[in-house]
Amino acid sequence: MPSTTSNAAADARPVMIDARQVSKSFGATRVLDQVSLTLRKGEVVAVIGPSGSGKSTFLRCLIHLETIDQGSIHIEGEALATAVPDGPSRYARDADVRRICRKMGMVFQSFNLFPHMTVLQNIIEAPVTVQGVPRDAAIPKAEALLRKVGLLNKRDNYPARLSGGQKQRVAIARALAMEPDIMLFDEPTSALDPELTGEVLRTMRQLADEHMTMLVVTHEMGFAREAAHRVVFMDEGRIVEEASAEAFFRAPQQARARAFLGQML
Amino acid sequence: MDYVVSLLGPMAQGAKTTLTLFFVTFALAVPLGLLLALARISHWRLLSQLVNGYIWLMRGTPLMLQMLFIYFALPFVPVVGVRLPDFPAAIVAFTLNYAAYFAEIFRAGIQSVDRGQYEGSKVLGMTYLQTLRRIVLPQMVQRVLPPMSNETITLVKDTSLIYVLALNDILRTARGIVQRDFTTTPFLVAAAFYLVMTLVLTWLFQHMEKRYAKYDQ
Repeated sequence: MPSTTSNAAADARPVMIDARQVSKSFGATRVLDQVSLTLRKGEVVAVIGPSGSGKSTFLRCLIHLETIDQGSIHIEGEALATAVPDGPSRYARDADVRRICRKMGMVFQSFNLFPHMTVLQNIIEAPVTVQGVPRDAAIPKAEALLRKVGLLNKRDNYPARLSGGQKQRVAIARALAMEPDIMLFDEPTSALDPELTGEVLRTMRQLADEHMTMLVVTHEMGFAREAAHRVVFMDEGRIVEEASAEAFFRAPQQARARAFLGQML
Repeated sequence: MDYVVSLLGPMAQGAKTTLTLFFVTFALAVPLGLLLALARISHWRLLSQLVNGYIWLMRGTPLMLQMLFIYFALPFVPVVGVRLPDFPAAIVAFTLNYAAYFAEIFRAGIQSVDRGQYEGSKVLGMTYLQTLRRIVLPQMVQRVLPPMSNETITLVKDTSLIYVLALNDILRTARGIVQRDFTTTPFLVAAAFYLVMTLVLTWLFQHMEKRYAKYDQ
């Protein structure tokens, strides 16, 4: 059975993100309810679902922009947060949290570029400040990344001069400059005019083709269908359905997923 | 005209006192104000509350009273009591007072920086201190320039309060000459001195605002 063989081969790939039974509440509202997800090296997983389903919160928990109440998160085998029976999850020491989270890059819906720095300065800032890379070494690397996202000619512009799509491509280059093993995308095209989403999605597809491990929270069903290997459908803080992209879009099993797809497509 | 020229010598002496007080106060109150602002937004509640109380005290009482207190009353306060000469006493009072005002300006500037800037820095692995130094404070500077320009110009004119410690700044020098010569011309010369100083400051701040505006283009 060839399909079993390919599954076994897929399972041999190292686990990059392992989240188990992650729960989180904002006050009395439970936003994540025992969410478990495994992401293997080279996988592209799309997280979709209605607004308020907890998908962005889940992504933010993985890179410690939010803390979880219960459950565990391991990144490349290292414990970011460990489950404690009948108690709140225990986090690693601050320095370890920072080191573990550096394995991941993140792209935000609202770009979060530094407005007082040029495009080039935005990209070399973290390598120079955090990793201690000499400026002279950081600049050619940043230029190569800018060439890759097609914005080398914007090198010395301030972000205010860029279009939304260009800003997001700079943000992707900035995240890549830290050489992450995993890229997290939090609705990267939701703040863009429809005609600008294409250029960002193209850059993301290119990354996927280079076998970057990617977790993408998105409303772009086209991207989820074509670029993702797996689709995770969330609703009301839970993973309702998880399937290969092909199977999910062909025939979603759950009624809520079907209803959601019916609205989106 | 000759009379006006004859005033310039003594008035320049007064200007020296005024400018020294201004520059020393500014140079000390800006870093102190920044520290107070950071303490004020700190998550350490006790520190934040203490600074809040300090700012209330400093903004809630007249600068002249603070200066008189430090010069005349501080020597009799147990433990911290020191007798300061007149000019250092003025410097201490001005610095403590202006740091409180600067702190509130800086706090507003820091808090106006979008939360996304902190998140963007954090996911790049930057520590809180790196984020402050490289990302937040440079953006704060641009935003605080207009209110800082205001406050700095006020400081130039507030320096005239040191006459209560019998220090001969521009205004007290002018008043002395007015009483001696029975003419109000020295007041006009004093006004001209202040106007030149504030003109230079206004120009400097406008220049800085223009320099920072390049980010928005």
